[in-house]
Amino acid sequence: MAEFISAEELLEASKRASEAGYRKMDAYSPFPIEGLAEAIGFYKTKLPIIVFCGGLFGCCGGFFLQWWPNVIGYPLNIGGKPWDSWPAFIPITFELTILCAALSATFGMLALNGLPSPYHPAFNVERFAQASKDRFFLLIEADDPMFDLDRTKQFLNELNPREVSEVES
Amino acid sequence: MDHEEVATLVSPGSEVLGPGHTYGSVTDKISSIVLTRGTGNKYKIGLGISVALLIGLNMGITVLMAYGVGVWGINIPVGWGYAITNFVWWIGIGHAGTLISAFLLLMRQKWRTSINRFAEAMTLFAVACAGMFPLLHMGRPWLFYWLLPYPDTMGVWPQFRSPLVWDVFAVSTYATVSLLFWYVGLIPDLATIRDRATTRIKKIIYGVVALGWRGSAKHWKRYEMAGLLLAGLATPLVVSVHTVVSFDFTIAILPGWHSTMFPPYFVAGAIYSGFAMVIALAVPLRKYYGLEDFLTIRHLDNMGKIMLATGLIVAYSYVMETFMAFYGGNKFDIFMIMNRMTGPYAAVYWVLIAVNLVIPQLLWSARIRRNPLYLWLLSFSVQTGMWLERYMIIVTSLHRDFIPSSWGMFHPTRWDWIVFLGTIGFFFTLFYLFIRFLPMISIFEMRDLVHKTAEEARS
Repeated sequence: MAEFISAEELLEASKRASEAGYRKMDAYSPFPIEGLAEAIGFYKTKLPIIVFCGGLFGCCGGFFLQWWPNVIGYPLNIGGKPWDSWPAFIPITFELTILCAALSATFGMLALNGLPSPYHPAFNVERFAQASKDRFFLLIEADDPMFDLDRTKQFLNELNPREVSEVES
Repeated sequence: MDHEEVATLVSPGSEVLGPGHTYGSVTDKISSIVLTRGTGNKYKIGLGISVALLIGLNMGITVLMAYGVGVWGINIPVGWGYAITNFVWWIGIGHAGTLISAFLLLMRQKWRTSINRFAEAMTLFAVACAGMFPLLHMGRPWLFYWLLPYPDTMGVWPQFRSPLVWDVFAVSTYATVSLLFWYVGLIPDLATIRDRATTRIKKIIYGVVALGWRGSAKHWKRYEMAGLLLAGLATPLVVSVHTVVSFDFTIAILPGWHSTMFPPYFVAGAIYSGFAMVIALAVPLRKYYGLEDFLTIRHLDNMGKIMLATGLIVAYSYVMETFMAFYGGNKFDIFMIMNRMTGPYAAVYWVLIAVNLVIPQLLWSARIRRNPLYLWLLSFSVQTGMWLERYMIIVTSLHRDFIPSSWGMFHPTRWDWIVFLGTIGFFFTLFYLFIRFLPMISIFEMRDLVHKTAEEARS
């Protein structure tokens, strides 16, 4: 793991590591950096589809929730008004769409991110606490096919970091 | 090797951020309030008063549950009094927080960064206060669950065509989405606090709620996407929730209630009172916690402008209501307006015009908007005005509707006041606890602001 002082250095380093052929790596920063995820090879997230499906479920579910009791379950003749009074069903349908979409956005994001995650080897490096303040880190995982402790360490040192540390798992 | 002497990025400052800040300084400034600052006497006194009012709320609710809604001043014809006034007032206040968090995010307004955390907290607590009233105002509150659609033994369902049931869904959705949005926004900051925790207990507690966040770029990517999606969902939600609340009135045929103008009028009014509350909170916070670099005069100016704009929409609505009553020629509408202006509640009407319409025109002056004290005092005028507006809409339309033999009067009882002031105590108790235990400004977004400001200065 290499520690950097600025966001630009981390971005540059990530691009060089990606060009060098490393695939299994991660970059850590105290705030989101534009282009960083792409630099370490992460492009598409499934989150929008998940949210869309959640919203669709809320919409159909909400409408069905009102339609079924009023048309089939227990229809009430109130002044001869139609059973399937869909305009009156819109507010609740809308609210449930938003609710289900928001729930899927939140829990989908957490699930995709693997959170809550009570343990991660990166925390074994004491300096890593700075990742939530003002330092930027690039981690190359041992699972990576190109990983070799000494050569990877040398490569990281070439990227001009503040410090390079070894992460115990 | 000593790392600390290396200089990191220093921001030259901008209109919305004081000069000379780094990632480290914004982190330290905000997290120190939570971790090391402790509480002074002013905080303790403020919290003490809030808790006292909260105890009053507790008493008020107990008496209400024991004796029924007759302890309030409601009667026939005025079946809705303080409870619904307070409900609409609190929900309205909540809307500004969501607007700041969600809408201003979509509009990429940088000035939202330092205010969105505590504004969203304000929303949550306001919705918590609001949500009590639909339950409390029921004649038989133990049957509240009949409002929820569950398959019951009688085969009966809630009346899905009723705005009162729409309210149940709207307010529940709003409370849930606000909570999710707020919590999701907090996760990276909770990680910051966790990493800086001074005692083991704090580390464990913040560590648990931070869910193991480590600032991974992949996580940030999904996180930002979730934030944008939530913002995109929350913005129409704000409009829809207060629209549904306004439908509580418009669906009825009462003069003064049955108006198609209510949805936009109520939403504008909600933003109006909401920003007033944000200002009422922001000005003391920036003074007592030394946050002038983060909550700049520019922020106050912008908030004042939004207050002015929404205040003008509300003023337009008042004028239109009056005009339409006469233009339409309906004698009941005309009487309703004349009764508001000259009847038994005329004092409420004219004070309302003064504090909601006339006094806030001072906001046209940049000198007033940029002066924290004047802006703060004005925020109270607006909040009082918006409460009186809800009171006036409810009581004047109910107390004298179509047939004179049904006319009556509404007078609040002490329990009306105790419960109302009690919810204010509940709100502030929650808020005091919030500023003590959680970072009241979004730390990671401030770091991002430092980064962007420095980048812009360089180019």
